Parts: sequence; C-alpha cells; structure tokens
Amino acid sequence: MGYLIETVYFVTAALFIIGLKRMSHPTTARSGIIWAGYGMVLATLVSFAHPQITAHVSVTNYVLMLVAIAIGGVIAWAGAKRVPMTAMPQMIAIYNGMGGGAAAAIAAVELLKDHGDHLPSNTILLMAVAGALIGAVAFSGSVVAFGKLQELQFFKNDAKFRFTGQQKVNAAIFAGAVVLGLIIALGHVFGGPLITLFFLLALAFGALMALPIGGADMPVVISLFNAFTGLAVALEGFVLGNSAMIIAGIIVGSSGTLLTLMMAKAMNRSVSNVLFSNWAALGSGEAQAVTGSLKPMEPPDAAIQMAYAAKVIIVPGYGMAVAQAQHKIWEMCKLLIERGATVKFAIHPVAGRMPGHMNVLLAEAGVPYDLIFDMEEINEEFPTADVALVIGANDVVNPAARNDKSSPIYGMPILNVDHAKNVQVIKRGKGVGFAGIENALFFADNTRMVYGDAQKVAAALIQGIKDLG
Amino acid sequence: MEAVVAFFSPIYILMLAGLLGYEIISRVPVILHTPLMSGTNFVHGIVLVGAMVALGQAVTPLEQAIGFLGVLLGAGNAVGGYFVTERMLEMFKSSKGQEK
Repeated sequence: MGYLIETVYFVTAALFIIGLKRMSHPTTARSGIIWAGYGMVLATLVSFAHPQITAHVSVTNYVLMLVAIAIGGVIAWAGAKRVPMTAMPQMIAIYNGMGGGAAAAIAAVELLKDHGDHLPSNTILLMAVAGALIGAVAFSGSVVAFGKLQELQFFKNDAKFRFTGQQKVNAAIFAGAVVLGLIIALGHVFGGPLITLFFLLALAFGALMALPIGGADMPVVISLFNAFTGLAVALEGFVLGNSAMIIAGIIVGSSGTLLTLMMAKAMNRSVSNVLFSNWAALGSGEAQAVTGSLKPMEPPDAAIQMAYAAKVIIVPGYGMAVAQAQHKIWEMCKLLIERGATVKFAIHPVAGRMPGHMNVLLAEAGVPYDLIFDMEEINEEFPTADVALVIGANDVVNPAARNDKSSPIYGMPILNVDHAKNVQVIKRGKGVGFAGIENALFFADNTRMVYGDAQKVAAALIQGIKDLG
Repeated sequence: MEAVVAFFSPIYILMLAGLLGYEIISRVPVILHTPLMSGTNFVHGIVLVGAMVALGQAVTPLEQAIGFLGVLLGAGNAVGGYFVTERMLEMFKSSKGQEK
C-alpha cells in the first residue's frame, strides 16, 4: 500500500507542475488547472488508505474525515461559484487562510499526540512548530485581509487599528511566539496552556500584521500570505514525511515569494515598506501645487471625439470594476472597431486589486486578450493615440510619479496617458485616489473630465456614437 | 552512507522544487498573475492530505476536534481554490477564433 500511495503522490506532484506550467499561457491555462485538479482528487482518494491512518483504524475518525470534507467542500464550492469577479482577491485570501489554518491544525495534532517511545527528532519538532507559526499567521492575516477587502463594517476605519509603538508591540508578540515555540520543540513540552498560548500569540501576530495595512497594499500582503501557507504546508510535509506536500508547498512558497516581490516592485515599494508603514506616513505632505482647471465634457461631445478617432487606448482602473462598466465599455469598443478605429487596452501592473485582476474583469466582459497590453508594451504608443480614455484609474496615470519628488508615488512607473493627443477621464467625482493626492493629468490642457457613474457614461457614449450613424 | 543520503535528499528536493516554482512563475505574462496566484493557492490545498492523516491518527477528543477543523479548512482550500481558478481561466479567450 505504501508503494501505491507514494506512486500516486509522485504522479500528483508531476500533475501540479505540469498544471502550473500550462497555466502560464492563456491558451492552455484552463487545461492546466484541470490537470492539477485531477492530481488533487487522486491524492485525496488514496490518502484514505494511508498507512499512518490504517495502522490504527478508527471508524469515528473516518466518519469525521468524510463529514469535514463534505462541509468544507460544499461551503467553498458554493462561495467560489457565487462570488462576483470583482471580489476575487478576497476569495483567494480566504481560501489561502484556510490552507494556513489546516497546516497549523496538522502541527497541533502532531505536537499534542502521545508519541510513546517514538519521540520525533528535534529537527522535526522545530519544523512542526515553525509550520504552525507560519500557518497560523497566514490564517488570521488572511481572514483580516478578507474582511478589509470585503469592506466589512468592523474593518472600515484603518486609523483605529494604528497606534504608537504598534511595531514594538507586534515585534514583542512575534518574539513571544518564537520563544514559546522553541520551548515546546526543544523542551518537549507538549500540551497544556503553553501550546494554547503559542497558537494564540501566532494568530494575534497575523491579525495585527494585516490590520493597519491599507486596501491598496492588500494584494501584496495576500500574495505574501500565499507564500507563507506554501511554506507552512511544506514544513508540515516534512513532519509527516509526505512528499506531495513537501514539493507542492515549496513550489508555492518560492513562486509566491517571487510574485510578492514582483507586485511590490510594480508599486515602487519594498515589501517591508508595505508591511511596516502606511501611505499616511509617506512623503513630505508638501506635494507640488497643481495648476490649471478641471475641464468638464458632456458625454455626447465625448462620443463625437471618440467616434472620429483613428486610435483609441482604454485605460481601466478599479473604478471601472466597481461600477461594473466593463461590459458597456467593450460594447462601445466594438462600435469603434466597426467604424474602423484601432482600439487597445492598456493595463498598469497594479490596476485593480491584484496584478492581472483587470485582465480577468475584461476577459469576463469578452475582451479578447490580444487587445490587452501591458504597460511596457503600450507606453510608447500613447503619443499616436487620438483619444486615451481613463476609466476609474487615478494614481497609475498621475504624472507626479515622473516629476514630483515630494509625491508619495514618486518613481512609480505610470502609463503615459498625458502624452496622448486627447485624454478623456470618466470619474465619479472630484475626489483623489488611494494615495490621497491630486492628479495633474486631470488639469492638463488636453484632458476633459466626463463626470458620472462609469456604466451610465459608457451607455451615453454608446448612444452618442450610434447617433452619428 | 545511507544516513547521509537520507539527510541530503530533502535538501535537494528543497532546492529543486524552489527553483522550479521560481522558474514557472517568472515566465508568466502579467495578464495571468491573478489566476496563477489563485492556482498556486489551489496547489497548497494538498494540505488536505496531511490533515486527513493527522485526523486519522487522532486519539483524544481534542486531537479529533483539531483534526476535524484541519480537514475542513484543507477541503475548503482545495475546493474553493480550484473553482475560483477555473472560473477565472474559463474567461480567457482570443479574438482569433474560439479554440478550446
């Protein structure tokens, strides 16, 4: 039986690797997740006959196993099927948190159980404790990330979670958890209040780490917790001697770390900067005064400008997603393409709430992915565009990032929208972006502001273009 | 000698799997970053298998309760991660024909 299970785990690991490889290209991506899915089903099925379980068969435990899989599976399935695409990031966060929690639970059972004469080596015990710590942090941190992105009332006001000396408190809690972990692993203290306290401190640290972080930075944090969970799973894999968990966990740990670094880099911030500071504390606060005036434009006039443009570049931001305007925008683009215009979509790496989030939303609306371009691919094309249409994006098109050293976003790569011949900005109102700074683009001579709900404005633009015949 | 091999093989696994994860994601276009993050999120759902083993060995009610929670969370990670990823990837289509 042992050989069969190890063989299946080997096949599963291979299927995960092939699946992830296939997910790296849009045409094969769908089949990639299905390959990986088969691997997961296989591994789960054979694990019912795992020698470590069959060594002392307990009917109760098997029943509990089936009930837990049924409950967890059905809840997650229902949630995953229902969630709107705009809410994807927080769903990923919550499922990731579950994985971290599961890893911590494995460690707890391993530490609590009666080892008899077979006490695991100190190395194994240290790995169990480290996995427990990382898994618990990923769990509570992800739950907080979910709450913040879901905009639950409790998490609404970031400021109330910030207090002076917060980092020292966090550091003290973390140090406490590490010390307790060492005592448990090296002092062989299993059970009792010590383990409970250890888990409580680890959970508290995860929550406190995520609480003061603003919504705009959350993707980086979710990605980091994803890497954490991978690492925790790998550590518990070593504890259980489970090769599938080791390989899958390490792959997720390393790829998640790289993805986190890439996200932070796209935002022009270091990971530690995201974790241990917040926007409010950044910049001198003396941003250059913006001169000029906002020049509003009515949708019918905007439609005329758009209809006679030979080349249009669409720059969507999270505001478009919130207004659910992507379908209308694509409908408008199809009209423009019929009229002979070239239409391209320009995506900033941190547009939306995760890298690639905007692509998912556009894909949902039916926009073919070969019309969607990354910042590097399209930035040189803005001077040739007759109209650049900015929908609900702000900081990622703010020229202050290029030329205003006092701006908190100075140095962040931006889309060169201001180089287009004409710029139209669809915006709800006159407010400022996530970073809380004025945008010089909106005051530029070639910029016109089209105020209103993105979906309604898009509908008005479509009507305006149709009226021209 | 065997002890040396036993000591080093996990370290080799660590190195190679780590490199593999790095390589896989470094070649991915930006448009697939969110689905891929979701995909890796699904892959660590394999923790379900470990949670099953942990619950299977549980003796005391406390161990059973924690094991139960672990399996429940692990199943949620695997199932939720799968369907979220699949839903996202399903939507990527090219303008050149409707290849599957």
